[in-house]
Amino acid sequence: MTLALRVALARAEFALEVTCDIPTRGITGLFGRSASGKTTLLRCIAGLERKARARIEFNGEIWQDQHRFVPAHRRAVGYVFQESSLFPHLDVRGNLEFGLRRVPAGQRRMGFDEAVALLDLSALLRQRAPRLSGGERQRVAIAQALLTSPQLLLMDEPLSNLDQSSKAEILPHLERLRDSAAIPIIYVSHALGEIMRLADHLLLLEAGRVRAAGPLQQLLVREDLPLGHFEDSGCVFDATVEAHDPSYQLTYVRIAAGRLAISLKPVAVGHRIRVRINARDVSLALKPPELTSIANILPATVATLSDDRDPAQTLVRLALGAEPLLARITRRSAAQLGIAPGTQLYALVKSVALMESSARDLTW
Amino acid sequence: MGSADLIALWISFRLAATTTLLLLLLCTPLAWWLAMGASRWRVLVDAVVSLPLVLPPTVLGFYLLILLGPAGSLGGVLQRLGLPAPAFSFSGLVIGSMLYSLPFAVQPLRDAFQSVGARALEAAATLRASPWNRFFTVAVPLASRGILTAVVLSFAHTLGEFGVVLMIGGNIPGRTQTASIALFDHTEAYRLSATLVAICFALLLIVYTANRRLRATGLPA
Repeated sequence: MTLALRVALARAEFALEVTCDIPTRGITGLFGRSASGKTTLLRCIAGLERKARARIEFNGEIWQDQHRFVPAHRRAVGYVFQESSLFPHLDVRGNLEFGLRRVPAGQRRMGFDEAVALLDLSALLRQRAPRLSGGERQRVAIAQALLTSPQLLLMDEPLSNLDQSSKAEILPHLERLRDSAAIPIIYVSHALGEIMRLADHLLLLEAGRVRAAGPLQQLLVREDLPLGHFEDSGCVFDATVEAHDPSYQLTYVRIAAGRLAISLKPVAVGHRIRVRINARDVSLALKPPELTSIANILPATVATLSDDRDPAQTLVRLALGAEPLLARITRRSAAQLGIAPGTQLYALVKSVALMESSARDLTW
Repeated sequence: MGSADLIALWISFRLAATTTLLLLLLCTPLAWWLAMGASRWRVLVDAVVSLPLVLPPTVLGFYLLILLGPAGSLGGVLQRLGLPAPAFSFSGLVIGSMLYSLPFAVQPLRDAFQSVGARALEAAATLRASPWNRFFTVAVPLASRGILTAVVLSFAHTLGEFGVVLMIGGNIPGRTQTASIALFDHTEAYRLSATLVAICFALLLIVYTANRRLRATGLPA
């Protein structure tokens, strides 16, 4: 099941020319600098750009080609705009019902009460849109879009105009949405932190063209992409909570390559969480260190070495089984240890972050 | 006020109501195009539509008379078709008034539609609203202040017009003599004048009160 795109549209700042398939499950992060065409591509998918020359096929249904243009109101997409798009002449209830009323009862996949509960809106229903805070508005906008029972949810930087606390208020809702796996989402952002926290797949746009596309984990460590060169670059892992150890305030989580200890988190055993390991928090040792304070030690194989932004450092890409891990070490250490592709060694992970605290956003 | 005055007032009202209704029907699509369209002819049309604001009413009346009179190009065609020429009739008055009050309807509507903006309409489209549905459930409510302003200004402006009505209508009592003209050959003009002032003032008061109320509910200007 895919969204097959072939889109061409000339803009003043760039020419959008995209050919790609986007999986219609999970969250696909659409990442790139400003004026790289992210929003324009999203608008083309929604049917808001009539002038685009495009072939858009969603799960076998043609939305657009040379002969056809299914208008926006007939495409099964929900759209959350970057800035508030709520109707000022309606209260929150009226805004939520606007789309809901236009979907035949038999095609509704989410009820009014369900959406209100999912985004925690029950206290706001009588408020008028202009009186809401930025975070509240975006929550209403997300519920409003969900209530049209879309088969695809398009989100255009829904958090970019919000302050940190509003972001922290909305992100858990988005994670719940992703984990319920009810609906595929294309999520535009220029904040790598958001993408790392939410996305399963990544589509990297550069000057209107696709620079790379694929699973997030794989793309984060590709040396030919700029993603590894952020100061806080690193890797994400989807982990399962295995056990809690209240005496040491630790939670043990399992990733494919082994077990990790993180600070105690109130997450039920068996639940899936996403953890992040920053490249600068990974050290390397040729032998398993015996007397060390580091709790998380994983066997790994060196895949490649590449230059870092900092000439004193080198970025080492490791394979933890099938999953990649990035380590940033000094070039001197790499030379002294004789680290080269194929070297078997141990990755010493100083810290593992659960991706929920509002980690500082990395932007271009 | 004598019965002739009342008849004149009634003709004024009928004229203002008819003109306003027709202007609303005609100017809504025109204002929409001026607000939303991308054509480079918009500037030109904007200027043409504003012409009645600056032209002396007698100039407008003069051209209308030439056009609509029995010997005029349009009037002549109508007469050959067996229809009456509009000059010196109520329909002539309506045509003249519509032209004269055109900018008072178009400009508030255009500004109101502009303030609705593309974003609200796009959002409505992604919420499954068809183009007509978007117009009536989003654009009209958001533009309601501008629509009210257009209605009241067109009505009041038509009520008070003189020059065009005199030239195209010909001051025929009971048919084309409106209140503003009846005043002219009145010896006792106080009452009729006062009535017209009161009506226009009341209308404007309604607009400004309503606008204030609408603003209080959070609608954009």
